[in-house]
Amino acid sequence: MSTTDIPRRADAPARRTRGRTGATRRGDGRAAIIFLAPWFAGLVLITAGPMAASLYLSFTDYDLLTPPTWIGPENYTRMFEDPRFLNALQVTFTYVLVSVPIQLALSLALALILDKGLRALSFYRSIYYLPSLLGGSVAVAILWRQVFGADGLLNQFLALFGIQGEGWVSHPDYALGTLIVLNVWTFGSPMVIFLAGLRQIPQMYYEAASIDGASKVRQFITITVPLLSPIVFFNLVLQVIGSFQSFTQAYVVSGGTGGPADSTMFYTLYLYLKGFGSLDMGYASAMAWFLLLIIGGMTAVNFVASKYWVFYDD
Amino acid sequence: MTELTAPTLPDEGTRLGARISHAAGQLPPPSARQLRARRRAALMGLLRHALLIGFGLIMLYPLLWMLASSIKPSALIFREPGLIPTEIDMSNYTDGWTALLHPFSTYLLNSGLVVLGSVIGNLVACSMAAYAFARLEFRGRNLWFAIMLMSIMLPIHVVIVPQYVLFSSLQWINTFLPLIVPKLLATDAFFIFLMVQFFRGIPKELDEAARLDGCGHVRIYWRIMLPLALPALATTAIFTFIWTWNDFFSQLIFLTRPDMYTVPVALAAFKDSTGETSWGSLFAMSIVSLIPVFLVFLFGQKYLVKGIATTGIK
Repeated sequence: MSTTDIPRRADAPARRTRGRTGATRRGDGRAAIIFLAPWFAGLVLITAGPMAASLYLSFTDYDLLTPPTWIGPENYTRMFEDPRFLNALQVTFTYVLVSVPIQLALSLALALILDKGLRALSFYRSIYYLPSLLGGSVAVAILWRQVFGADGLLNQFLALFGIQGEGWVSHPDYALGTLIVLNVWTFGSPMVIFLAGLRQIPQMYYEAASIDGASKVRQFITITVPLLSPIVFFNLVLQVIGSFQSFTQAYVVSGGTGGPADSTMFYTLYLYLKGFGSLDMGYASAMAWFLLLIIGGMTAVNFVASKYWVFYDD
Repeated sequence: MTELTAPTLPDEGTRLGARISHAAGQLPPPSARQLRARRRAALMGLLRHALLIGFGLIMLYPLLWMLASSIKPSALIFREPGLIPTEIDMSNYTDGWTALLHPFSTYLLNSGLVVLGSVIGNLVACSMAAYAFARLEFRGRNLWFAIMLMSIMLPIHVVIVPQYVLFSSLQWINTFLPLIVPKLLATDAFFIFLMVQFFRGIPKELDEAARLDGCGHVRIYWRIMLPLALPALATTAIFTFIWTWNDFFSQLIFLTRPDMYTVPVALAAFKDSTGETSWGSLFAMSIVSLIPVFLVFLFGQKYLVKGIATTGIK
């Protein structure tokens, strides 16, 4: 790539060495091809190609062993007559709609407390952030299974107060709740984003407001809330998308079954069981595409709704 | 960690005035009322610290308890909610290490290899693509960039079935290739985005000067951009490490032979095979599996916090 004769004259940029001139006029096309080659190969072979293939497979009956047979939109219509699928949809929406708002409220509250020029901020930030890093691991899911088990940590504590607790993970009414708690527990990463957002708000706004006699509450409502709303929005979109795809927690806590009584059957877990458990790959592909639709739809709803509550300062 | 705000006087009411006089280097002698207010503020501060520490302790309690439980006899796990074991028994670690078909070191090594391959892949391939998007002029750049951005949000479930078909036709199932090759092809587009953002912040004059000196793109990328982008590379490496180490879904699908199990898959198999009779060794191995992530967290905090704050990743 490098050229050998080095231009030393003042007007050098205009008169590059001979080999370069053509390339410059065309842009850096050749170099771009080299630098983008791995990415482009990945896009075609690992992302776009498989995407198209799964779209095709979603209209077929396919079990990996025999060639796919075209069945039209049957997989999609079947989904809405499949009570387990509808249940999975309900479980996942409950999980997302309950855990994400709680998680965001908690992370925002802590970010606000930590932002008060507190000494040891980085210490607290680290402590609260650690669960976010570990929360998605199998190890923590195993821990959760024990903590919320019949003779787990929680019930040992309840016993100290003479309360006989349930076997939370094995009770259909509570199992999903334990996973919601787990998701809320990982509030550290949105909190760090909130903290960074709070730092972006110029201090002078508050100073001006307090000179004008605005109370702390009023300052919060008229300065912090609008200026932070883009960050809230960002966190919301991110957490909704991420939570909707949760898998590990439900798989490990339920022992790969989505039980008890399908109460922790996350969408992705059902997809996994259909595709890789009963080798109903066509159905799994249809579910995957429907998932993409849901996630895209929820993101779009968020974006449209954001026009009414997100304030952009420009 | 360097972004602690300048220390402000605890008296919120007179913060602005105090700041100005503080800046002038001559604090007025505090009146009795101010002193009282200041004492109250100090007390409030103390209370806040106590609450924050208490909350942090609750957050981390399950993890600490798992650590404590991993060194006590299994029976005590069901009876001792406290953090200090009354009886110490390290046999959980020796038992757990050999509880499965292969010693746990096999799984650690497997995970290590997958992580190593993924980190190298992401560092090389994503930085190459990022260089092209940030610095090269080529036709359709904006379009390709938009496609790259869209691929960030693509759920893996949409491509997993065809990927499985592809990789099994290549005889790659039960090898680490399905986990590493996609990274070598820059499919973790998120990191491309992160690096593009970083590269754009590097002054263009630097590479223009290098071009005048006859540097080609390869050398500019290698000798100028990469050394200057070390923080972005570190963030990429750290997040790739943690995500890959914790990743369960794709490892569960592509690795089905026990000798190829990675740590999360082995842990899940361990949990299912023992039927939860040996919580002690299960906890011990869970702790072992969390140590690498914890170490990365400990030493990579600066990049973690910066990474999340600027891009919003977990």
